[in-house]
Amino acid sequence: MTSSSPAAPRGRERRPRDSRVGDKIFMNLARGSGILLLVIMGAIAAFLTWRSVLALSTNEGNFLTTFEWTPDAPKPVFGIAVLAVGTIVSAVIAMVIAVPVAIGIALFISHYAPRRIAQPFAYLVDLLAAVPSIVYGLWGALFLVPHMDGLTSWLNQYLGWTYIFDQTRTGTPRNLFTVGILLAIMVLPIITAVSREVFRQVPRMHEEAALALGATRWEMIRTAVLPFGRPGIISASMLGLGRALGETIAVAVVLSASNVLSLHILDAGGGTFAQNIALKFAEAGDNGRNALMASGLVLFVITLLVNGAARLIIARRKEYSGANA
Amino acid sequence: MKLQRNGRSKALAIGAMALVSSLSLAACGSDNNSGSTASGGSSGSAAASAINCGKPGSLIAAGSTAQGAAMDVWKTSFNAACSGTTINYQGGGSGAGIQQFNQGKIQFAGSDSALKPAEVDASKAVCTGGQGIDLPMVGGLIALVFNVDGVDNLVLDAPTAAKIFDSQITKWNDPAIAALNPGAKLPDAEIQTFHRSDDSGTTENLTKYFAAAGGGAWSYPAGKAWAGKGGQSANGSAGVSAQVKQVKNSISYVELAYAQTNNLKSAAINTGASKPVAATAENAANTFAKAQIAGTGSDLALKLDYATKEEGSYPLVLVTYEIVCDKGNKAETLDTVKSFLTYTISDAGQKAVGEKGYVPLPKTLTDKVNSTIATLA
Repeated sequence: MTSSSPAAPRGRERRPRDSRVGDKIFMNLARGSGILLLVIMGAIAAFLTWRSVLALSTNEGNFLTTFEWTPDAPKPVFGIAVLAVGTIVSAVIAMVIAVPVAIGIALFISHYAPRRIAQPFAYLVDLLAAVPSIVYGLWGALFLVPHMDGLTSWLNQYLGWTYIFDQTRTGTPRNLFTVGILLAIMVLPIITAVSREVFRQVPRMHEEAALALGATRWEMIRTAVLPFGRPGIISASMLGLGRALGETIAVAVVLSASNVLSLHILDAGGGTFAQNIALKFAEAGDNGRNALMASGLVLFVITLLVNGAARLIIARRKEYSGANA
Repeated sequence: MKLQRNGRSKALAIGAMALVSSLSLAACGSDNNSGSTASGGSSGSAAASAINCGKPGSLIAAGSTAQGAAMDVWKTSFNAACSGTTINYQGGGSGAGIQQFNQGKIQFAGSDSALKPAEVDASKAVCTGGQGIDLPMVGGLIALVFNVDGVDNLVLDAPTAAKIFDSQITKWNDPAIAALNPGAKLPDAEIQTFHRSDDSGTTENLTKYFAAAGGGAWSYPAGKAWAGKGGQSANGSAGVSAQVKQVKNSISYVELAYAQTNNLKSAAINTGASKPVAATAENAANTFAKAQIAGTGSDLALKLDYATKEEGSYPLVLVTYEIVCDKGNKAETLDTVKSFLTYTISDAGQKAVGEKGYVPLPKTLTDKVNSTIATLA
């Protein structure tokens, strides 16, 4: 929002009639790009819907509540219950871990660190975003999973009574919790980078006013920086959430996928939409592919809903702190 | 909180790990490469003499990834021997291969399973005057690989293995396992089973074996998707091999090549023969030699006897096919298809992939395939 406002066109209608050829070309190019985007989005939605309808008409199970995924069997049965829960649970774990840490890092870079450190540190965080997800996946499978044993058994021992952290089966911790931590690391740089830019936009006057009123640095951040940055933090989190929901290969490498629905997040098992599509696509038959596309459509819809919710929140907050912008 | 404290060093740690993992990957890669170039080099001259190039042209084929490594070996030596001819085999899975074959986009398809009746019907549109047929081309065996401290030789039979993979047997010192392994020091530890998380022909063949020889211990239909209870899963043969290597008291199933390259111990199978049968290429070839041909006409689809009790016949085998038209192949590529497939089924061709962890098909079978290839039109 703040970054886009300077670029917004200011009604320049000095010479409406003798506009040059270049203007026209550029206007049409811009308009064409806009239309193209809509057409592409529409085409994707139409394609997914069409293939989904084909698959759903053959499904002998309930698409929403079935656990199995066997669309190519003589009696096709497939459902998204496990995938939807796994996708949302792992993304929520990632957000719970990543958002506070990312805000901390962003505040450190924008308000605490000396300039000499802040610059290279910010660069390092950005670099984290450029690491390909297969590398995160390999790191997760070869390093993170073997090192999760201690934390897993600690959580099981002291927080096992919460049901969520109750570990009912032994085995390596290739579970949704580990996936959530891996996803948290992957979305951290995105949330950090956007939040950092938003915190930098906080009007200097607000900060100085807070300090002049006797606020400590933490109180200044709480009263001036965070309220101003809240819409930015939310949209940054939504960007991160988008990546967490759609992450494919890192999840496929780390998670021990199974069609078991369980909220014991320390038990190996579960699955996510993107991971399921990646693993099942190669050997899927016609109906299998259509079924996978139906699950892709569900992910598409979930992402749209999440983004829509975020827009709503931001729109409300904007009015609240609109005077600042 | 822990994360926050480590936040600063995280990037460094990731960088270092990325480096380490890429190095170790590079190491694996170079191992494989040296193996393939060595085998290519040694069999190069022998292969060249076995190759009859036919008309120059280019072939496009696709399908089963299980035979991908075999195709790599074959097309390298064929392309080297026959300048002007290029063979292009794309993986992508058996289903995709058959689909493209029936759309007439490729000259032959690789498949883990024989054509289904519906697929044969569909192929008649492409093969004018004929239909798609299955030619057994690449043999393989599935090893039951395990990692148990103090146990070097393990014997299992189909019902016991099926129960292990279905979490009905959960301890290594279970009486059923102990009865098959008198004298072995089986630990009082939980069995960690690993299966494939992706759909796979390997899973399909294993579950077919369980269904045929398991004596009712396996209650699920055979299929590419894993249906058993419990255990963990990993992506691809490479993924499950890595897990077995890493996790103590584990067991899984992979093709022979992965057991060999990862130095995993394989269980011998008690089939009812006088001695347990070890998972070796020779023992698997014995099973292929006894296999019946289930296809009609020129179709050579095999019916494997998973419940075999023959001496030295390893029952857990798989065969992948090349699918071509018996009549109505495209005139401009027919000659190249015939010469390429004649090479792949030749002794030299089979021996070359035998060095890559596949099972060379026995002479009785290759002769039949060879004479069928000669009749393609």
